[in-house]
Amino acid sequence: LVPPPRLRELIRTIRTARTQAEEREMIQKECAAIRSSFREEDNTYRCRNVAKLLYMHMLGYPAHFGQLECLKLIASQKFTDKRIGYLGAMLLLDERQDVHLLMTNCIKNDLNHSTQYVQGLALCTLGCMGSSEMCRDLAGEVEKLLKTSNSYLRKKAALCAVHVIRKVPELMEMFLPATKNLLSEKNHGVLHTSVVLLTEMCERSPDMLSHFRKLVPQLVRILKNLIMSGYSPEHDVSGISDPFLQVRILRLLRILGRSDDDSSEAMNDILAQVATNTETSKNVGNAILYETVLTIMDIKSESGLRVLAINILGRFLLNNDKNIRYVALTSLLKTVQTDHNAVQRHRSTIVDCLKDLDVSIKRRAMELSFALVNGNNIRGMMKELLYFLDSCDPEFKADCASGVFLAAEKYAPSKRWHIDTIMRVLTTAGSYVRDDSVPNLIQLITNSVEMHAYTVQRLYKALLDDISQQPLVQVSSWCIGEYGDLLVSGQCEEEEPIQVTEDEVLDVLEGLLVSNLSTPVTRGYALTAIMKLSTRFSSVNRIKKVVSIYGSSIDVELQQRAVEYNALFKKYDHMRPALLERMPIMEKTATNGPTEIVQTNGETEPSVLDTKHPPPVTQPANQVRGVIISKYAGLHLCNLYIGIPPMTAYNKNGLKIEFTFERANPNPNIAVITIHASNSTEADMTDFVFQAAVPKTFQLQLLSPSSNVVPALNQGTVTQVIRVLNPQKQQLRMRIKLTYTHKGSPVQDLAEVNNFPPQSWQ
Amino acid sequence: MQFMLLFSRQGKLRLQKWYVPLSDKEKKKITRELVQTVLARKPKMCSFLEWRDLKIVYKRYASLYFCCAIEDQDNELITLEIIHRYVELLDKYFGSVCELDIIFNFEKAYFILDEFLLGGEAQETSKKNVLKAIEQADLLQENIDFQMRLFAGCQRSRDPTQRAGGNWPDINMVFIISLPHTPSSASYSAVCSLYRLQTQPSSAHNPTQMMFLCICVPQLCLSFLLLF
Repeated sequence: LVPPPRLRELIRTIRTARTQAEEREMIQKECAAIRSSFREEDNTYRCRNVAKLLYMHMLGYPAHFGQLECLKLIASQKFTDKRIGYLGAMLLLDERQDVHLLMTNCIKNDLNHSTQYVQGLALCTLGCMGSSEMCRDLAGEVEKLLKTSNSYLRKKAALCAVHVIRKVPELMEMFLPATKNLLSEKNHGVLHTSVVLLTEMCERSPDMLSHFRKLVPQLVRILKNLIMSGYSPEHDVSGISDPFLQVRILRLLRILGRSDDDSSEAMNDILAQVATNTETSKNVGNAILYETVLTIMDIKSESGLRVLAINILGRFLLNNDKNIRYVALTSLLKTVQTDHNAVQRHRSTIVDCLKDLDVSIKRRAMELSFALVNGNNIRGMMKELLYFLDSCDPEFKADCASGVFLAAEKYAPSKRWHIDTIMRVLTTAGSYVRDDSVPNLIQLITNSVEMHAYTVQRLYKALLDDISQQPLVQVSSWCIGEYGDLLVSGQCEEEEPIQVTEDEVLDVLEGLLVSNLSTPVTRGYALTAIMKLSTRFSSVNRIKKVVSIYGSSIDVELQQRAVEYNALFKKYDHMRPALLERMPIMEKTATNGPTEIVQTNGETEPSVLDTKHPPPVTQPANQVRGVIISKYAGLHLCNLYIGIPPMTAYNKNGLKIEFTFERANPNPNIAVITIHASNSTEADMTDFVFQAAVPKTFQLQLLSPSSNVVPALNQGTVTQVIRVLNPQKQQLRMRIKLTYTHKGSPVQDLAEVNNFPPQSWQ
Repeated sequence: MQFMLLFSRQGKLRLQKWYVPLSDKEKKKITRELVQTVLARKPKMCSFLEWRDLKIVYKRYASLYFCCAIEDQDNELITLEIIHRYVELLDKYFGSVCELDIIFNFEKAYFILDEFLLGGEAQETSKKNVLKAIEQADLLQENIDFQMRLFAGCQRSRDPTQRAGGNWPDINMVFIISLPHTPSSASYSAVCSLYRLQTQPSSAHNPTQMMFLCICVPQLCLSFLLLF
């Protein structure tokens, strides 16, 4: 009987195959031979056959018929068989198949084998792929081996225990006694795996964590010995003694010191020592420094140490090795909130990383840059970020654009700058801008009252250049619909007003309706804009014609709008001016998604219109602050006032505080009040803090303010949201306390607010 | 560590070690996608990338890519050192390792990896100790097999008709006893076999020869008594 080919022989043969088909043929032939060999229960060559099967499995061919054979090999007494058998089990079996459970008994026997290498195989396999059932059955054996004096087995048992704990967390307790003197071992392998085990236990259980805190001095000592000891050839890596162990100890210290002052203090010195003494010329030293920095930032370290850590990261940023730069940026991102000022010092280096070639580095640099933007550096930072937006890969553009919008909204030094920035983003990255940016931008533009003419002019000009970027087109159409009158009357003050006629404007909008580049949503915007211009322009007939044409459009959405606008022209022409008048200032609160609720001046929009008779106008326009949330205007719900007028709560020394109201759905007992603080003096009010107190039967919640500087000369407002729970529907009263600094001196004032309108608490 | 993959520049898989339970299908999918992603990286890029919710650390050594998937709290830089250590171990074992070594001896590559890492974590930080363990295990593989054959040979030799070709077992027994790394168990069982042979009527041993041997090898001084 010819013995089957050896493993290496087969490998050589398969590698001679010139095509995939040839290879497949060889493999199928060999597999067939192996299958029949398995069927014949051939013990002699089982090992060889399984090894060959594993090779073919690696090439991507099915090998499941070898699973049971692996089990037979594991059960064999020959070491070679066991070696290949366990390897096969790890490659071919997994816990999803019940057959893996057949291994359990073999592993149990092998864990008690007289030869440590066999025990090692069993521990390795269990620790690599043991299922929860297996772990439950064998945890006792592992625990026994964790207490052995044989360091070869002890280190493996420790990692096996880690796996058991991950699979069956309830078993963690049983390993506790065995951990007693793990750290007194001299053997580095055992030390390393013990630290891993302790880390796993501490991460999983707060009780374990408090229990093991007492190990901090011992860990510190071990780490100190590693650093101070001389050259140890066995564990040396580029002049550093056992960096793997150092890193794991640092990580365990991090977990132990995390929310504990005493532990943090106990490790303070060693951390400083590692941070200053570690050699930084090679990756291995930097790996230790990196772990040290992570630990310093996470525990309750003193500020000197934190600054040291940030400076290490700063040095990392300048390192030639891009891997080091990468981890520096990642770490800085984690710490930028807590140690903002320290990170600011490295801002220019971070901004330089925007130009790095590596995608991951660029992304982190971008995120970090946005985190570092503040009122002082906004102009410079925005220049860099807009340049980045121009030149970056498409995958970044959406995030970058959103970031720019957010930053601009928070820190814009002037309205004009803000509008210009928005324009820049829309024109350069207009197609990548997120969908929700459109309503946000529209709201922003609406609220910048004095910039309307300038904005609509710039948007119009942008539209003439390019109608392919939908978000830009949508915002532009909306603005033209809203402010078209300013456009044609040439009222722009910020720049040279352009001469444009009503017909030209309508040409552009109609162009959008017919263009293939326009999406249906964009077409909707364009049609509504045209409709709105009917109250702003004089060429009403033209508009009527356009609207009636689209009454038979194939696009259902467009058709519906056109039909209803037609109806507006025909039957409800008297309501048209009121319905299409200028939008009031919108307050930005939590959005609830698109809605059809509409309320303007107490009237309802045509879509909800009852064809019988229109409801009469009941309230004068100036009292009601309803906001159209027309889905036809494409906006999401911003706010829904239910007719509660705003009130002035405080007005003294140039500081005016207005309250506006809404009811928070679904709880009608909660009144949501937004305070608007404005400052009419010629100096800013800084460090502005608004505090409020309510009587006992109420509950009050104060959310964070938009800022703590109330700019001078009414250039902006500070808003803050107050939520008042009023279950007993008692009359709302409030005492407010204001503190701020004005022209260098602190100001404080108390006031009572009693003039709440009845609708706010009834 | 969740898994480690070794693959060539053409995307052929040379080693796959999974420390998380996944179906074969999932493993294939992950492998395919990750290999594609890593191979698409330009040489100037850094060794780390985010992929799905994992951190990937990879490094190229000659024609092989070593690629590890680690978790959020793991240290990327030390993972590079882990990869490097594994390469050093392979290098020491195979003597200036190249991709062909790993192809033709893939099972050895796994054995070495399994002596270095367990469950995704390093179990031994001393290069020497890992290599020693592998060496011992390799020897054990040979010795025990040898032992098996030896035993079988001894059994045959009891029957004079089966003894073919001289004192084959004798010579080899001497060999086993004097091997420096021979586990004691092997030595002792060899001695026992010798003893049994010695008691054969047709034994052609030179007693002096045996005595000399036992004295020379310290661990066998005791067995000297047994034999004589």
